[in-house]
Amino acid sequence: MSGFSSTSSTSPARPRRQDKPARSGGIGTSLLHRSNARTAAVTLPFFAYVAVFLLLPTVIVIVGAFRSPTGAFTVNNLRKLAEANTMQAFGISIAVSVTSAIVGAVVGALASYALVIGSRPNGALRRIIVATSSVLAQFGGVMLAFAFIATIGINGIVTIMLHQFFHVTVNPNWLSSLPGVITVYSYFQIPLMIITFLPAVDSIKPQWREATESLGGNTWQYWTKVAFPILLPRLLSSFLLLFANAFSAYATAAALFSQRSFLVPLMIQGAIRNEMDPNQQGFAQVLAFAMVVVVALAMVASRLVEKRFARWQ
Amino acid sequence: MSSLRKIMTVSIAALLSVSSLAACGTASASGTTSSSTSSNAEASTATSLSDFGSMSALEKAAEAEGSLNVIALPHDWSNYGEVIAAFKKKYPKIKVNEANPNASSKEEIDAIKTNAGTDAAPDTVDVGLAVAATSTKYFAPYKVKAWSSIDSSLKEKSGLYTAGYTGIMSVGWNKTKYGSITKLSDLLKSKFAGTVALNGKPAEAGAAFNGFLMANALSGGTLTNLKPGLAFFKKLETAGNLTQVDVTDATIDSGQTGVVFDWTYNQESYQKSLKAKGIDWEYKTFPKAQVVSYYNQAINKQAPHPAAARLWEEFLYSAQAQNLWLKGGSTPVLLTQMKKDGTVNKTILADQPQLTGKAISYTNDDSTRITTWLQNNWDKTIGN
Repeated sequence: MSGFSSTSSTSPARPRRQDKPARSGGIGTSLLHRSNARTAAVTLPFFAYVAVFLLLPTVIVIVGAFRSPTGAFTVNNLRKLAEANTMQAFGISIAVSVTSAIVGAVVGALASYALVIGSRPNGALRRIIVATSSVLAQFGGVMLAFAFIATIGINGIVTIMLHQFFHVTVNPNWLSSLPGVITVYSYFQIPLMIITFLPAVDSIKPQWREATESLGGNTWQYWTKVAFPILLPRLLSSFLLLFANAFSAYATAAALFSQRSFLVPLMIQGAIRNEMDPNQQGFAQVLAFAMVVVVALAMVASRLVEKRFARWQ
Repeated sequence: MSSLRKIMTVSIAALLSVSSLAACGTASASGTTSSSTSSNAEASTATSLSDFGSMSALEKAAEAEGSLNVIALPHDWSNYGEVIAAFKKKYPKIKVNEANPNASSKEEIDAIKTNAGTDAAPDTVDVGLAVAATSTKYFAPYKVKAWSSIDSSLKEKSGLYTAGYTGIMSVGWNKTKYGSITKLSDLLKSKFAGTVALNGKPAEAGAAFNGFLMANALSGGTLTNLKPGLAFFKKLETAGNLTQVDVTDATIDSGQTGVVFDWTYNQESYQKSLKAKGIDWEYKTFPKAQVVSYYNQAINKQAPHPAAARLWEEFLYSAQAQNLWLKGGSTPVLLTQMKKDGTVNKTILADQPQLTGKAISYTNDDSTRITTWLQNNWDKTIGN
């Protein structure tokens, strides 16, 4: 899943049509129309792409969610959503996503701050960390799972070393447990946070600190009254991005424990693959539809947060 | 305008996160261009060899098509690698396109649906009974030459699907590391921590379903009393021995799954691949729990290469291919007949696990009932 830029103070504002054109005249409006048409023409390929690869699959999922195996309209699939098992999977999925997003947001934010105050803006250290984060933020899926399995799995290098040197036995099922999954997820959450949050920390001006101090404020007041409120919207929207990122992660979890369906994406996998009961297609689509709803809610919340704080920017 | 843009942003954002899941359809074979000839129509309605006139006429028609699409045939599953190689050698003019070797039976049917009308659709499928029995509307009836030698309980009477081979459910393990296993309760020992695996989830995957039935029979259960089996797996899980990883060659190689409930024809290939690494992989079947379940062959009604599809079926039910299946550790459906005819390869036969005692087999109704029971109880007891 790719990030999507939020309109914050750092990105240039899009030119908008003004309510009152400076000069009402034929030339101005015709130019305006022409440039609008050109803009539309340029964005057409993008929207076509979105339609084919995003809207169409979603429509298929939503339609499928209300169809029985024979193709008739049904709400039976929705009923399965309310079953304890499904509810539990959504609960655990959301809990894992929230926890790994909190870990990612806190550690990532602190790391960003440390980078800003501890290294030169274009220094080698900072460049290395940013470059590494860009790579690691995308380091999910089977590779990541394998890296952990090869390290602390049942026959992992560290597992065997601990056993030989210290006679400590690592629980072979730990990677398939919730703390294990959260740890693995944090591995790509933290770098993603650094990438998205670093520009916001960069925008803190030393003058604010000076202004605070010259007005008699101490460090505590500076953080609580000035810096934190300014950073908060970006912090929250980054957190929601991390949440959505973890919520939709599938390959990593599938490689760690393919037979458990306590996360929704794995439940979908189970329903799609099921060869003992071939009538699960609709259920898979209902689950996917419910995921769309959850992520949509997260995005709406993200927009609201940004709007709420836009006044301060 | 701005509100519309907002809606777009929000909806696109939401979609981004799940589109990867939604768009994850079935992998399809690379499209091939087949020459559709008028013989195509004839071939697609042929229900037996006599409709073509002769074997050589069928071979000619298939070679004219020049391609065959197969799906979900892992090379180390029941020795399919050698079966495909033998087919290629026999008919060098026919290009074999293999799609998605690790697909489940259900995904094979999905591939028929999603690729309907294209050259990439699978010509034939190899599916478990539950899927075969519920997907007959996608199949074309066809009776192979050896049709009369196949037991009537193992074929759909109009030839929509036909049993091909079965394994016997077994327990396989790394003998080098764990020593010997004589009975099911040995698996509860602490040395097997986190390494005992079913091949999938019992309510989802055929191999796991049958593994469950075997453990159930060994624990004193029957096809109608499934509680003993569930109690055994609960004990296994409480002991911390049950792992939740799907069995693949990689997990076998890395030792993640050191003890595996699986078909004999899979154990055979694990044994072969580990021998090269100096590891002794042993497997055993239990006389009291000889669970069998045939995989079935069927032809896609809308096969892009109808003649090649039928030729492939004829090939699978020839002594050559049946012997290759046997070599892979499975029991081919024509074995009894081949023993009579003397066409069975004696050296291979001497090497293979034989069915001892009464096989536990079940009907599609049984499997549906047991699946429902597992859906209602497995996750509740073992954790989902």
